[in-house]
Amino acid sequence: MKRLLGFYIFAVLVLGLGLLFPDDYYVTVVGTTVIQNIVLAVSLNLLMGNAGQISLGHAAFFGMGAYISAILTTRFGINPWAAMVVSAITVAVISYLISKPILRLKGHYLAMATLGVGIIIHIFMVQADSITGGPDGMSDIPGLSILGHAIEGDFAWYMLFALFMLFVVWAALNIVDSRAGRALAAVHGSEIAAQMVGIDTARVKTHIFVFSTVIASLVGSLFVHQQAFVSPESFSFFFSVELVTMVVLGGLASVFGSVFGAVILTLLPEFLLVFEDYEVLIYGAILMIIMIFLPDGLFVTMKRNILHWLQKRKGAENTEHPSPGMEG
Amino acid sequence: MAMETAGSYILEVQGLEKRFGGLTAIGDLSFSVEKGVIFAVIGPNGAGKTTLFNMLTSVYTPTAGRIFFKGQDVTGMPPYRLARLGMGRTFQNLQIFMNMTVLENVMVGTHIKGRQGILAAALRLPYVLQEEKMLRKDAEAALEFCGMADLANRSAAGLPYGILKKLEIARALAAGPELLLMDEPAAGLNDSETLELSILISRIRDSGTTVVLVEHNMGLVMDISDRVLVLNYGRLLAEGVPKQVQTDPRVIEAYLGSD
Ligand SMILES: Nc1ncnc2c1ncn2[C@@H]1O[C@H](COP(=O)(O)OP(=O)(O)OP(=O)(O)O)[C@@H](O)[C@H]1O
Ligand SMILES: [Mg+2]
Repeated sequence: MKRLLGFYIFAVLVLGLGLLFPDDYYVTVVGTTVIQNIVLAVSLNLLMGNAGQISLGHAAFFGMGAYISAILTTRFGINPWAAMVVSAITVAVISYLISKPILRLKGHYLAMATLGVGIIIHIFMVQADSITGGPDGMSDIPGLSILGHAIEGDFAWYMLFALFMLFVVWAALNIVDSRAGRALAAVHGSEIAAQMVGIDTARVKTHIFVFSTVIASLVGSLFVHQQAFVSPESFSFFFSVELVTMVVLGGLASVFGSVFGAVILTLLPEFLLVFEDYEVLIYGAILMIIMIFLPDGLFVTMKRNILHWLQKRKGAENTEHPSPGMEG
Repeated sequence: MAMETAGSYILEVQGLEKRFGGLTAIGDLSFSVEKGVIFAVIGPNGAGKTTLFNMLTSVYTPTAGRIFFKGQDVTGMPPYRLARLGMGRTFQNLQIFMNMTVLENVMVGTHIKGRQGILAAALRLPYVLQEEKMLRKDAEAALEFCGMADLANRSAAGLPYGILKKLEIARALAAGPELLLMDEPAAGLNDSETLELSILISRIRDSGTTVVLVEHNMGLVMDISDRVLVLNYGRLLAEGVPKQVQTDPRVIEAYLGSD
């Protein structure tokens, strides 16, 4: 199938990297973080890039999934997989309730409101000592096992994260190219025109908000079992901004753009040590530069130029060697 | 009252009023539109034509009066539900989805014919594929009807204004509306495009869709309309067949005189 060709190549690449370099720190350890961020960026992009509803609180839903899983498994001894499902359902209910008042807002107001939600959730993680362990977080969180086999070692975790990420990317590609995906793009393009063809825009926004936060929650649960430890630090406002930067860097509404953005911005700090001190500054600068000079994002612009160049080359070849049966 | 006439009138407006502060954009307006006609609404700039459309489609809430669509009181019903009942609209200021291709724009127009939501689409359930095929076929038929099938895969962003105006019509038709409200479809078109448009609008009527048309192009209006309503300062000035309206001295005075 031509529609998913890019996806198959990507899947082979991701799984192949893991199989070829199972002991490489950068592939399996850094790679798992990259994959986790891909899931977060791709899910945020559906909301932000496709439906045009910005969220500056995405990291908080990632954290909510992580914390609920941590609490249910350590305090109540619930099976991690069951806890993951309960987390996702809880996040779905909470984001559904939040979406009603919030998604009526537009533009800056929506940005401010989601920022507020993210900060409130983060403050709760820090302050509610007795539930969340406060600033120190929680440790000794159990790992995961599949059919009695415990998932141990970097390679196994990498593969589990990779499979989940590939599922999410596949689902996102499916959504984009469907009635549901067109409804998202219509909401982004013109709400009044969308409504006049029968799209319940409020409902569409709520559904994609819940969908994207549930995906974030699920990868949060995976994260917490892999790390065996959780603290509020991982879910701050800055991480939300980082996720927004990934989406914008790749290009709004492009699934592989978000993949690209997540890969670049997760790897950069690994290789550029200056990043540590100036992280926030650098993200701010990247956001500004992209928005001013490459509003369609780096990945999307690059892809367009390459396609354009290929087409031109093909066109030139055709005029040089006119072959029967080939139309310009 | 409305119920008795529901059979032959697709749209009925009773005592409709819209005020913006001290300005009465529409005042005490009543009229009925018969099924299967082209019903034109004309009037000088600022007469309240777009405001009327905005009330018919619940973009604005009327300050008084009622609107009946297919005999049902739909005053204040959300636009997306009106669309599901069979009301379509094109806009005076284009509302094309520039981030999509021509075909995708028109496929958005088929929204009410499908049922898949985000989850079903994400998992690409078997019925989703079936549905996508059906929606695509309907969209292609609408493009064909508007004579723009060859543009299906072009990006909307790069197309000239005249084509985009037609694209809005194709998108609205893709839903299979019983009533289509068109706000100045000929604005900005050249003569040959306008002629093509008048043929298209007649064909829309002949295919069974009632058309309510707001237009400044008098030639077009008098040519194709079955009935004409004249608005002036938000009030009904005259209503009748084109001949009647054209020769009405009040219309000549207020409308044609001031234009
Ligand atoms: N949202 C609004 N707030 C305040 N005044 C408005 C609003 N919408 C329309 N008006 C006013 O109502 C009057 C009617 O405007 P409307 O756009 O309906 O006219 P129109 O007949 O469509 O004109 P045109 O032929 O120029 O499109 C105008 O005086 C306009 O300024
Ligand atoms: Mg107008």
